[in-house]
Amino acid sequence: MIEFRSVSKQFPDGTLAVDDFSLTLPSHQTTVLVGSSGSGKTTLLRMINRMVDPSAGTIEIDGSDIAALEPVKLRRSIGYVMQNSGLLPHRTVIDNVATVPLLRGVPRKTARTEALSLLDTVGLDRTLADRYPSQLSGGQQQRVGVARGLAVNPNILLMDEPFGAVDPIVRAELQQELIRLQSELGKTVVFVTHDIEEAFLLGDQVVILRDGGRIAQVGSPSDILSNPADDFVASFVGADRGKRALHVERRGGSDILVDTEGRLAGVLVAPTGPEASPDHRAPQ
Amino acid sequence: MNLFVDALNWILDPANYVGPGGIPVRLIEHLGFTLVAVSLAALIAVPIGFLIGHTGRGRGLAVAVSGGLRAIPTLGLLTLVALWVGIGLGAPYVALTILAIPPILAGAYSGFEVIDRAVIDSARSVGMSEAQIVRTVEVPLGLPLLIAGIRSATLQVVATATLAAYVADFGLGRFLFAGLKTRDYAEMLGGSLLVILLALTLEGIFTVVQRLVVPRGVAAGRPPVDRSRSARPGPGMDPAITKGTH
Repeated sequence: MIEFRSVSKQFPDGTLAVDDFSLTLPSHQTTVLVGSSGSGKTTLLRMINRMVDPSAGTIEIDGSDIAALEPVKLRRSIGYVMQNSGLLPHRTVIDNVATVPLLRGVPRKTARTEALSLLDTVGLDRTLADRYPSQLSGGQQQRVGVARGLAVNPNILLMDEPFGAVDPIVRAELQQELIRLQSELGKTVVFVTHDIEEAFLLGDQVVILRDGGRIAQVGSPSDILSNPADDFVASFVGADRGKRALHVERRGGSDILVDTEGRLAGVLVAPTGPEASPDHRAPQ
Repeated sequence: MNLFVDALNWILDPANYVGPGGIPVRLIEHLGFTLVAVSLAALIAVPIGFLIGHTGRGRGLAVAVSGGLRAIPTLGLLTLVALWVGIGLGAPYVALTILAIPPILAGAYSGFEVIDRAVIDSARSVGMSEAQIVRTVEVPLGLPLLIAGIRSATLQVVATATLAAYVADFGLGRFLFAGLKTRDYAEMLGGSLLVILLALTLEGIFTVVQRLVVPRGVAAGRPPVDRSRSARPGPGMDPAITKGTH
């Protein structure tokens, strides 16, 4: 569990990035911080591994104040995945993944074996192990980034717009991959994005931020969608523009979902998945 | 053209290859002097350059001081120091070490500065200590530019080291000064050609070294593999960093 208690951050240039922020992030769940640029979401994330120290307030991980912990040691116990992967360009994929275990003194051979199995975990072919980051696609690099984040088997995984720089198709793929991983691993994930769709897809708890890290609303995606706290939230999730209010229209023999502005949002199909019986599966 | 032929003849004359004032001895003196001066300069400039590059502080001061050092006329400085410490190798060492500092300093800090900030930020985020960031990230990635700086310094020193003979009986410059005094222009030109030859040889060696120190993965970079889905250019480095500082 991560707890922010009245945390503020003023940068030396006078910018108040975060103003009196309090929040509890439950363990083994994904909390998504979402907001536009300037909302302080990345600053909040970077406070958890002490890349940024708060000017006021405290942050606790499982009840202990992180201000008392040594930053380097703390960071080695927390997984971190950033936009543009941040991989070391002069090290191979496998060495990048094994970076932190090696820093923590894991024997080279063990670190390598574990790194190889992490490549499997994130869905990368083992033949890529000896390539350099510049030889991989953007999507592959992000997967390596995730594998590196998981390498020390951390309880907490921080993800700073990890899928921001890949194209929409790869992004969708990586999002599904993360959902699968999270269902297997059950980490405490803190995810930062400016994309509300991504936030609703990945988040158990979604935190919508205004400027200065002020919380506009906290809740599950369905809470926020059905009961936006105010006009800001409604506008942020698109409810005010009718994007989220759908009705069914019968067109050409199928049920089409249409939003208030008349934009086509999709088709109505029976649910798929384990609980849906094959008979009711929608025709493609 | 005659003079040129005379110079070549002078270089090829076996008589010039014997004794303490012969070509081999002078060549070794000259080369050794260059190596020592550049090493001394590197000893001073590299740690300072790394510190500036790593912290991002003091760059303005370094640029100003380097500019100032570059502007000092080496012969003037040499004479000044020689008047102070006396005839001998002390003055040339001081003057040429000062000459070699600016390019090495610039190579050292700019090598660090061209590294993608995201790479360093992520190294710190995953828990590398500052020393580990310098040793395992910044030094290997900044090495090509540092070597470029050392190369530039070496070239300047090896050419200017002829001046050492102005205050000491030392190096290839001896042939120039002796030739000038005795109006033996073949010896003068021959000595100059030897300096040029030495400089070109060192250039050749540095070209190879500079290529060798570009880390794999930065240099290789673009083999014909599946980059089709890459939504962004490869991380960090572009070929520009392998260029010299000039």
